[in-house]
Amino acid sequence: MAGTRQLFGLAWRESRTARRRLLLYMSSISLGVAALVAIDSFSENVIRSVHDQSRALLGGDVAATRNAPSTKSVDSLVDSLSARGIPSVTSTNFMSMALVPRTGGTRLVQVKAVAPGYPFFGDITTEPARAWSELQSEHNIIVDPSLLVTLNAQIGDTIVLGGAKFAVRGTLLSVPGDVGISAAIGPRVYIPEKYVPETGLVVFGSRAEFERLFKLPANVGADFFVARFQRRLLQGTGGNVRGAGYNESRLANAIDQLHDYLAVVGLVALLLGGIGVASGVHAFAMRKIDPVAILRCLGASSWQVLAIYTVQAAIMGLIGAAAGVVLGIGIQFLMPLALHDFLPVDVEVQLAPQAILLGLAVGVWVALLFSMRPLVALRRVSPLQALRRDPDAQALRAARYDPLRITLDFAIAASVLYLGLSRANTVQRGIGFTVAIAAAIGILWLSAAALSWAARRIIRPSWPFPLRQGIASLYRPGNQTRAVVLALGFGVFLMGTLYQVQHNILRSLDLRLGQARANVVFFDVQQSQRPGIDSIIRAGRHELVDETPIVPMRLASINGTPVTDILAQIDRDRMSRAAGRAGPDEARGGRGSRGGPGGGGRRNRGILRREFRSTYRDTLTESEHIVAGHWFTPGRHGALGEVSLDTSAAAEMGVKLNDTLTWNVQGVLIPTVVTSLREVKWQSFSPNFFAVFDPTSLAKAPQQFAILVHAATPADIAHLQRDVVANYPSVSSLDLTLVQKTVSDVLGKVTMAVRFLALISLALGVPVLFSAVAATRRERLREGVLLKTLGATRHQIMRIMLAEYVLLGTLGALTGVVLSTLSGWALMHWVFRVEFSPAVVPVGIVALAMISLAVAIGLLTGRDVFAETPMVALREN
Amino acid sequence: MLVARELSKEYRSGENTLAVLRDVSFSIPQGSFVAIVGPSGSGKTTLLGLIAGLDTPTRGKVLLDDADFSSMDEDQRARLRGEKVGFVFQSFQLISTLTAIENVQVPLELRGESGAAARARELLTRVGLGDRLDHFPTQLSGGEQQRVAIARAFANRPRILFADEPTGNLDSETGSRIVQLLEELNRESKTTIILVTHDPALASRAQRIIRLSDGRVVSDTETEQAA
Repeated sequence: MAGTRQLFGLAWRESRTARRRLLLYMSSISLGVAALVAIDSFSENVIRSVHDQSRALLGGDVAATRNAPSTKSVDSLVDSLSARGIPSVTSTNFMSMALVPRTGGTRLVQVKAVAPGYPFFGDITTEPARAWSELQSEHNIIVDPSLLVTLNAQIGDTIVLGGAKFAVRGTLLSVPGDVGISAAIGPRVYIPEKYVPETGLVVFGSRAEFERLFKLPANVGADFFVARFQRRLLQGTGGNVRGAGYNESRLANAIDQLHDYLAVVGLVALLLGGIGVASGVHAFAMRKIDPVAILRCLGASSWQVLAIYTVQAAIMGLIGAAAGVVLGIGIQFLMPLALHDFLPVDVEVQLAPQAILLGLAVGVWVALLFSMRPLVALRRVSPLQALRRDPDAQALRAARYDPLRITLDFAIAASVLYLGLSRANTVQRGIGFTVAIAAAIGILWLSAAALSWAARRIIRPSWPFPLRQGIASLYRPGNQTRAVVLALGFGVFLMGTLYQVQHNILRSLDLRLGQARANVVFFDVQQSQRPGIDSIIRAGRHELVDETPIVPMRLASINGTPVTDILAQIDRDRMSRAAGRAGPDEARGGRGSRGGPGGGGRRNRGILRREFRSTYRDTLTESEHIVAGHWFTPGRHGALGEVSLDTSAAAEMGVKLNDTLTWNVQGVLIPTVVTSLREVKWQSFSPNFFAVFDPTSLAKAPQQFAILVHAATPADIAHLQRDVVANYPSVSSLDLTLVQKTVSDVLGKVTMAVRFLALISLALGVPVLFSAVAATRRERLREGVLLKTLGATRHQIMRIMLAEYVLLGTLGALTGVVLSTLSGWALMHWVFRVEFSPAVVPVGIVALAMISLAVAIGLLTGRDVFAETPMVALREN
Repeated sequence: MLVARELSKEYRSGENTLAVLRDVSFSIPQGSFVAIVGPSGSGKTTLLGLIAGLDTPTRGKVLLDDADFSSMDEDQRARLRGEKVGFVFQSFQLISTLTAIENVQVPLELRGESGAAARARELLTRVGLGDRLDHFPTQLSGGEQQRVAIARAFANRPRILFADEPTGNLDSETGSRIVQLLEELNRESKTTIILVTHDPALASRAQRIIRLSDGRVVSDTETEQAA
């Protein structure tokens, strides 16, 4: 038997003329490998960068955020910590209207009022650079560059926040941990914290966050600090105390999810590439019938034959995968640019050797498995073919139940399962992964098969000959119609889904804004300010749409059990669960996590501690309906007030119909009974509430108002906002048309980033199409020659080919369009809960692009069919 | 010694059975030069396929030096072909991606023999192509290609060489030189040569002619060359 070296040598020499072609087939997997390498490396880079920058992200080792100002006991704790070498620095964060008196421009902004020395870690950079160090010296303000544009202001201008005036010292360049996109939602401004009282904006009951950053000495762990001081720092107010690792793990989770989703896309791309490889190698195998027959005559065994061609495929697969790795590394460098606005850290791009090796190995393995599937048939080529040649399809007829081929099929399935399992942390997720991949390919395959079947059925004898012949070409022996439709369809599917989602979200936003009769909302309006604002609205002849009272409150008790007790029980349960994970001995001491005081299911800490901003009214609005119980009984004056809860909020509180809830409204306890549960459409632009009270219970409580106004033109909106802010600086307002613009900007940026990956999947169709066209080249050539000898002109042959590729492209595009419409509908229906309307134009453009691509590649690859004279082509056979 | 014993080959298509060879028997001693002749469709190529171990008979046996081809599986026959059988085809059947010398090396490499290149060079020089070693098949004339094929057929020092219409694609002068080369090699190496042809002039240069018609042996005669 031949030695391995000799076999390799023979394989290498024999591949001489086919190398370029094989490499083309193998390039089908390059894009999949590139996607995997890019995605894996990128998420590794992001997680590492987040880890490296976690303290800069937080600004300190630990951050304590309270919903209420500091108290004496907190101050004395902070003093004693500082004395023991744990310094801290504070900031106060709130929303306010910013007004530029010179231009009259107004805009709702996020104010960060910081004390000197803020933050401990991470640099806030500004333009000019010295602005940050000079911030604390006077009434200075540093703003987002976008704010200056919106307010038509410049450096040196005065900005009014509430009752205080500030001089614009500079603009922000970068803030650690800040996601670029957040500036679009509410531009940030930085002022010295000592001037907050002057603004008069942070008073009792206003929504503000009081943050304190701690810097720990090396011997004090953040987790220890949090556990030890959390309770004393918060004192039962809403808020949280978290170490730098908190952000890290939260971001890591988010990146993990993104990574999972993209990895499914990458693996599907790789497997479709594998199918492309199989198509191409099938064509390659057809061309190898003659040499195999000769080799068999010369004494080659079936295994030697298989080995020779498998070696060729493996080498080319390795090169194809390596090309993918190089491409993937390139994409990895581009990804931070595309996703810049969504990442809280500066991603430092480094080569990730593990991701690279894995990508290479997976690529070679997939290339090998999928190319061996057609190659095993070469084992069965009879040496008799050297004496008397059968047609290709007959010579290469694979046995129906070739055990090797069945083994390969199992190996492919097992590999997909293994890839799924190895990429997920749990078996369950791994199986979910595999099912997702299999379902994606399965559905694509089925639709491709169904459409191909349908195309064959609709042929009519009355149609022109080139068209009929073109359709018939899709079914010639050895056709790769389904593989091509699959690859093309996948790209259109991903791209189309993206457009469907974008289109529908924007459309529903437009729809809701159209339905909302108001286009400006004033909130935080005090009772005393209401008549004045009303008169401004009337004076401007604007339409007053609605005035909604808002009463801030907290939950005091559920069915008589104080919320503090329920929270303490949740904490105890959580600790015993954590102990249970640490070791079985401690677990025995733990108690059940459910059924704490007050009963109910698993409760959410957040909702029990939060501040509710509730309203009272006697009617339901259009954006809500009752799902359980009944609306308020008019004229009823019992001992208990009545309250209607949002269903999901009730579930999170662990509250049922007829439970009693006691609310703390600025020190006054108000007992209520839950008389109804409502389902609320939160997406609508009218004010919605978790808890709505009957009209009598809260009438005497201290309250604020939200005032909804309709102003006729954008200029009217600007004037109205300016007039109100000038007279009532503490009142905030929101221009709903601006919200719409912001959302569409944000969506535009999100889709830009995702489209980048979708484009890769679109490009996947190219090598697969090339391979598939090459697969039927010999049949095509033979057929073209025959038609020419029968009198067909080159022009006719070209029209036949055109018909064929237009059809292939159409079938692929149609598969993608149908599937993207379905998935768009499903996403809208179940995830975004928005009514679906198909995005016809953008998806149509994607489909047309795909059809043009198919025609261009087809004509390019098949040009020799109509260019050659019959004689030349006949000699080739 | 090659022995064919009551060889029959039938093809079945649906209900019908087509008998291409019927009870063909003969034995050919080592070192002979035999021509198998007959009109088109008489079963020549089928017989060649069977006695060369490329195909299996419906009935009957083929023994090459007492080894029974018909009781072997495809890979066992391939091994035996690699050891004892050489082929020359009408259409040369060179592997187009390999050079002349590489084509000749193939049988030796398949058997894992060392010194394949030296042996291939020696053979190509013997057939007069010492200056064409690195040419690809398309760069050679038909006669040259057939000489490469003959060199390849002799690479593994076969006990028996099958030539299927070896001059069919060549002009008569070139064809004549090819047959002369085969005769010389037959004498030098004592290799049995079995020539399949429908050309009477070519057949007359063999020592023995087996004539086929309609799947049967109709005559088996020695020629003047036998002496």
